[in-house]
Amino acid sequence: MQMPRPDQQVLARKPEIVAALRAVLPADAVIDHPRELKAYECDALSAYRCLPLAAVLPRTTAEVAAALKVCAREGVKVVPRGAGTSLAGGSMPSEDAVILGLARMNRVLEVDFDDRFIRVEAGRTNLSVTGAIEGEGWFYAPDPSSQLACAIAGNIGMNSGGAHCLKYGVTTNNLMGLTLVTMQGEVIELGGPFLDAPGLDLMGVICGSEGQLGVVTEATLRILRKPEGARPVLVGFPSAEVAGACVAAIIRAGILPVAIEFMDRPCIEATESFCGAGYPDCEALLIIEVEGSEAEIAEQIGLIRALAQGFDPVEFRESRSEDEAKRIWLGRKSAFGAMGVMGDYMCLDGTIPVSSLPAVLGRIGALSDEFGLKVANVFHAGDGNMHPLILYNANAPGQLELCERLGAEILKLCVEVGGCLTGEHGVGIEKRDLMTVQFGPLDLEAQMRVKDVFDPAWLLNPAKVFPLEVSAGRRAGQTRAGQTGAGQTGAGQTRGGQDAA
Amino acid sequence: MRPESEEALAGIVRAATGPLRVTGGGTRALGGPGPGAGPAEVLETGGLTGVVLYEPASLTLVAKAGTRLDTIEAVLAAERQRLAFEPPRMERLTGRASGPTGDPAGASTGTSTLGGVVAANAAGPRRIQAGAARDALLGVRFVDGRGQVIRNGGRVMKNVTGYDLVKLMAGSRGTLGVLTEVSFKLQPIPPAAATLILPDAGAGRAVAAMTAALGSPYDVTGAAYVPGTGTLIRVEGLEASVDYRAGRLAVDLAPLGVAVRESEPARVARLWRDIGEVAAFHDRPGAVWRVSCRPSEGAEVARRLGGEVVMDWGGGLVWALWPEGEDIRPRLAGLPGHATLVRGFGAPALPPEPEPVARLSRALKAQFDPRGLFAA
Repeated sequence: MQMPRPDQQVLARKPEIVAALRAVLPADAVIDHPRELKAYECDALSAYRCLPLAAVLPRTTAEVAAALKVCAREGVKVVPRGAGTSLAGGSMPSEDAVILGLARMNRVLEVDFDDRFIRVEAGRTNLSVTGAIEGEGWFYAPDPSSQLACAIAGNIGMNSGGAHCLKYGVTTNNLMGLTLVTMQGEVIELGGPFLDAPGLDLMGVICGSEGQLGVVTEATLRILRKPEGARPVLVGFPSAEVAGACVAAIIRAGILPVAIEFMDRPCIEATESFCGAGYPDCEALLIIEVEGSEAEIAEQIGLIRALAQGFDPVEFRESRSEDEAKRIWLGRKSAFGAMGVMGDYMCLDGTIPVSSLPAVLGRIGALSDEFGLKVANVFHAGDGNMHPLILYNANAPGQLELCERLGAEILKLCVEVGGCLTGEHGVGIEKRDLMTVQFGPLDLEAQMRVKDVFDPAWLLNPAKVFPLEVSAGRRAGQTRAGQTGAGQTGAGQTRGGQDAA
Repeated sequence: MRPESEEALAGIVRAATGPLRVTGGGTRALGGPGPGAGPAEVLETGGLTGVVLYEPASLTLVAKAGTRLDTIEAVLAAERQRLAFEPPRMERLTGRASGPTGDPAGASTGTSTLGGVVAANAAGPRRIQAGAARDALLGVRFVDGRGQVIRNGGRVMKNVTGYDLVKLMAGSRGTLGVLTEVSFKLQPIPPAAATLILPDAGAGRAVAAMTAALGSPYDVTGAAYVPGTGTLIRVEGLEASVDYRAGRLAVDLAPLGVAVRESEPARVARLWRDIGEVAAFHDRPGAVWRVSCRPSEGAEVARRLGGEVVMDWGGGLVWALWPEGEDIRPRLAGLPGHATLVRGFGAPALPPEPEPVARLSRALKAQFDPRGLFAA
């Protein structure tokens, strides 16, 4: 994994830059001591680490704007950070960049049950958005696995999904308005507590732009009344392919559960030894959740049972109590933790057409054998968003590279069958260099032109999303546009001098 | 000009020396020809037709942008699937149903196309529960103002690979490029639907009823108010579930009126088609405005306008029939939201954008259409 060589001029001017930030921000909002900066050296893609130049922790939109103005004036790159839970390196810093963390901006600003929205500061965690309204029987639908920790700002940056988006959609479908601060420090309001403003859908393109177009400081989110009840069933299958075929059959039959989750044998075994959820001994299982009143739940489960029987399940387990429902979810929710106990793993995020599930699961198995690395599958099957977990040993020389090569092969397979590289984690640094597998040069150029509009100097999170060689010219222009004066950090160096991180 | 292929279309754009007006069926054009719509060559997408891929088991459809909406709906209905955002036909409302010769703007075939649905970001009553065209749109191919073919998104339901230009194209009204292919997420058609109709007790009571229904756990997929008819609340799903939820809603809404339940499928479909297409204003003289507002302020919008309105989206969408020539926006000052002139003259069709947003929009337009070919 390559990162551009840091801007030596910026590194040399660290004291002046920090002083300039201190001049416009409260004393406790600027961090520059390496010991304290350690907390910001990586996100959840922890294989890659780098201390930032400094970190700022503003408390208001005005402070965010002030910090960005200073950085724009000084030609300093900025890496926005919500809670730092990105699995793709979306908030991984570079040595010459200021981390702009939103953790202190976590207030609820407005709740309106009549108009069905909540307005929050974007540093608020996903789960605590629901926490603010669940007492009244409401919830915020997008539920990424990291929802206890991850921030709305990052959810918007990555357009996060979750287990229940089969029914409720992902972040972009639940976002009604936002406050954005541009790299130049300009504050822009988009959308609001109403639907579908005419004109270009700027909010739509900002959502999922990985912090490259601006810093989102506030968000208006759609909220929903909680259903009367929800209940999972667990279905075990003799093979992963059969489980995949059952998913396609359920979708085809017109039943739309709120979630269909998939786990294969390696994952089932790992979670069993981790938390003992009591899952059946089988090659693959599905957890299917339905919602509604008692009678509605029974009606849907009856249909699912009838369909599943056609696939000779090893077991069809219904939950008859709150406790049994929790046990069905226990293994799935512990899956990533359980895999972590077994060793190092890399979590992929490719999405495929649901109809391709059986074939792709088979080919992933074959690739796993070919590379000699175990792959466990646990994912949102209803919408085709796969999460193959490649197990490797980070301490064994060459294993990380082997794992990354296998990961690339699996993602190429996803694209080949009509899918994409990432369904909900984002590109970040992790999948940046695979973008050319999915997009042609003109497709990437069109996307970079959008960044040119919002961030002409390419200072915001610049080394992410686009392959470095594809964005090199623009990032070099950024150095020229900055006020570093001397030419030592000019185009040639940025374009040619890429070091390993 | 009516190219038959994406390559031919790209060639036309590359060779163009003056403004082009891109049109599908021409049924969703706003306002009137007016003084602003100078001479522009019409570029029709109706030659780009056909389903490219339809996988019912993946709930996805890919089709050429010029394909007629009714063709697609028939293809989907044969597999008991649909576009969840129920795009309404606008030709009866906009007065553009009569084909090329009858349309003063000169570019209507009277038949909606998929590209037009996307370019207008169309949405019907189910907007409140299932979203608009933007929310179902998975991928696009388009020809930008340089005559280059750009792809974005794809045909899978979750995709965060690169920037979401799909959203940018939805609702861009042909100003950034010419859509050539679109892919959609589909929805199974549920086996049952029911509509509760509460007697008309004025806009205020209607908004109260719609707010109560949308704040319930009963998964309402339509909430509208048609003066004279009453307040309409729709639920859809499995048979027993629809029966249960409609029953519970009728009880909860009883203080606001005694509900009549309509469960006959064709009649339920007809009720909501008429709401989406604003049938109440068909063949009526005057201008038609579309106001998007806070749902709870729908009644206030109606009060300030004083004229004839139809409400959808739980009060968040107010259609108003209004005398030609007057801009209603000053009357709505201070209310969050926006008003669009859908049919008529004498005011800008699109609401003005505040300056920082307008500047970004202009800059994006300049990036995608540097020669300014695509007239608004």
